[in-house]
Amino acid sequence: MLSRVAESLYWMSRYLERAEHTARLLDLNLNLMLDQAPDPDGLRWPRLLDSLMVVLPPQSKTDPYSVARTLTFDIKNKASIIGCMNAARENARQVREQISSEMWEELNQLYLQIKRAGAGKKWQASPHLFFRGVKGGAHLFQGITDSTLSHSEGWHFIQAGRFIERASATAALLEAHVGELYEPADSDAERSDYLDMVGLLKSCTAFEAYCKVYTADLSPERIAEFLLLNSDFPRSVRFAAEMIQTALNSIAELAETRKNGRANRLAGRLRAALSFGQIDEIMGGGLRPYLYDIQRQCAQIHTAIYQQYVSYPIEAALGAEGRQANQ
Amino acid sequence: MPMTRLDPTPKRAFGPPFTNYTLDVAYDEMFESTGKPRASYKGLHERLSVMSPQELRRRQQAADASFLHQGITFTVYGREEGTEKIFPYDVLPRIITSAEWATIERGLTQRITALNLFLKDLYHEGKILNDRVIPREMIYTCRHYRREMHGLHVPRGIYISIVGTDLVRLKDGRFAVLEDNLRVPSGVSYMLANRQVIKRVFPGMFSNYGVRPIDQYGQVLLATLRALASNRADPTIVLLTPGPYNSAYFEHTFLARQMGIELVEGRDLLVHDNVVYMRTTGGLRRVDVIYRRIDDDFIDPLTFRADTSLGVPGLFNAYRAGNIALANAIGTGIADDKALYAYVPAIIRYYLGEDAILPNVETYLLSDDSQRSYVLDHLDELVVKAVGESGGYGMLIGPHSTATEREEFRQRIVADPRNYIAQPTLALSRAPCFIEGQVEPRCVDLRPYILYGDRVTIVPGGLTRVALRRGSLVVNSSQGGGSKDTWVLY
Repeated sequence: MLSRVAESLYWMSRYLERAEHTARLLDLNLNLMLDQAPDPDGLRWPRLLDSLMVVLPPQSKTDPYSVARTLTFDIKNKASIIGCMNAARENARQVREQISSEMWEELNQLYLQIKRAGAGKKWQASPHLFFRGVKGGAHLFQGITDSTLSHSEGWHFIQAGRFIERASATAALLEAHVGELYEPADSDAERSDYLDMVGLLKSCTAFEAYCKVYTADLSPERIAEFLLLNSDFPRSVRFAAEMIQTALNSIAELAETRKNGRANRLAGRLRAALSFGQIDEIMGGGLRPYLYDIQRQCAQIHTAIYQQYVSYPIEAALGAEGRQANQ
Repeated sequence: MPMTRLDPTPKRAFGPPFTNYTLDVAYDEMFESTGKPRASYKGLHERLSVMSPQELRRRQQAADASFLHQGITFTVYGREEGTEKIFPYDVLPRIITSAEWATIERGLTQRITALNLFLKDLYHEGKILNDRVIPREMIYTCRHYRREMHGLHVPRGIYISIVGTDLVRLKDGRFAVLEDNLRVPSGVSYMLANRQVIKRVFPGMFSNYGVRPIDQYGQVLLATLRALASNRADPTIVLLTPGPYNSAYFEHTFLARQMGIELVEGRDLLVHDNVVYMRTTGGLRRVDVIYRRIDDDFIDPLTFRADTSLGVPGLFNAYRAGNIALANAIGTGIADDKALYAYVPAIIRYYLGEDAILPNVETYLLSDDSQRSYVLDHLDELVVKAVGESGGYGMLIGPHSTATEREEFRQRIVADPRNYIAQPTLALSRAPCFIEGQVEPRCVDLRPYILYGDRVTIVPGGLTRVALRRGSLVVNSSQGGGSKDTWVLY
């Protein structure tokens, strides 16, 4: 398939995943605020911004509602929900004929729903309902994609984009909580810790799934184990790494490139590290550097996909073509 | 396309649903001047007479819904949102008899053969210029003439693989050529889609009528493109589009799907050592034939316009080296220049020694002093067109113009006479259309698509464009025109 088409499908999927992630985090944190003790030092929202890797302009308002509003509607901010949706839709539009009509219609509708003139009012009335609409639309799109698009090369690029984004986002979210949960300065902030832990799990829609495995007995170490190493939970880093590897292996097969290409080896290494890793070793070696390393590896996989399939050097590719012709 | 209702006095009253139907000096596709339906339209006429307006309306709605669901749309320039529109469609077919088609087929084959020989001669020896059949300045002042093509051998000497020629029917019922489209003619996807829709909307009538099929167009087009690379065993053929923002993008995706070839943009292609490759996830793949839907100007920034990113840098050198075939060749626009059009009958006589089977419409060349002064005196009767424009842009329709518009055109003509031609205002033929619960006549033209590969093939049909708005003068889709299915009978 054309490199450009693969690239557009990959980014369409990544941006949509990112929009859904942002909507979920904003929804949850606005809701969590109601139970939380006042936050005089204003630490929580900067932490949220950290986990989304967003830097707001210096003079912008920092109260939670203003921040959430910016992250939802500021079209100039590429990390905002509308910014992500716009990018996802533009990518889909570039390959309109390669995706199913159902996919296009759903994505277009979701975009228009956020962009509509009355959207701000709806958000004002109930941010929760608004975010639920975004999350629901994103899930619907993923379901439509899985059931209306052939699971061929293009679909695997969509999968790769979605799960690279997810692995990276989960690791970043966990990293943003390291300071509070894993390097506590004092031990009498128990109540707030509990809320933080619930918040972290719910940020990954993992609270219920966690309880099924470990009961409602929350401990920071188990939460890290669950979000990193659980093999069955679809937002865990390990689950995402397995999906990335599967997608990249399928692509390598379909595109007839070498299966041991750099992207495949990097994805295999990440998956193996997560499959066989032990949480006590990870904690012992320092959680923060570990999480940082996961994000770095995700970035490496991304770069390797580009080098292998999208912006490969022409000379190397011509060498391969020449060899083929001589056979 | 210009048209006027010269004499709107009805000669005869018709029963429902034809109560609003009128006949005048223009040729009517359905009725003879006596008001009797023509033999070819008898079946349709009978059907319409017994069908209730509700039933007709239901079928029109079914057709509209079908277009919407298939996403058959075109883009209107100059607006930010809601730019995708459905091409208006009329459910009543336009019918052409077998004998009429035979003349069209022979005439177009003759015309295209001659124009191709003309292009080949023009870009090589230039015999027709040396023999003074066509004045040299006519060629060198045309902005579609490509100096770069001089002496370049195109694969199999085929310059124009795909042609769409606009025909109109004169008052006496003969078809005449209004203009040739030899660069990147569009609209064929509507011809194919219209047929799909009408088969669903009028299945019974369709099967009784004996209509010749057109569905093979995709295959014939593919064979035409493959003919350009007969030296390669299994040639890779691609369709080059300017991208999703182009008004004809739907057609590009449609044709690529029909032929099963890759739809590429300029950035998907690259040229290395004068060979063209496309960038795929499986590595670079050599490309042999490009069906390009990009104008000459934008195709290679190194050779033509530099301020564009639509094309492929180095493509022209690969073309010159004979490593890539283009359909159509570069520089074919010289032969569909509206001023050169006046010389086409002479071109046919020069190369083929025959008289043109399909006549031209009378044309005044404004670079000629006496013709110009006649035209300037009669601007209110004539149609003036800019020679390099298409799509109904840059046109003055005399009888429907204001004094200010005429004055503006007068100044433009005097400033640059070579850039304009004038033609008499034509009474175009009119075909029955379903308008607000009634059947009314509307002006139509016909664009058949001619494919020039191993031989000239014309799929029996074409795009019938119709000026659906009452009193509207222009059938171009960008100017509010619509289309209907065209039935060529066995």
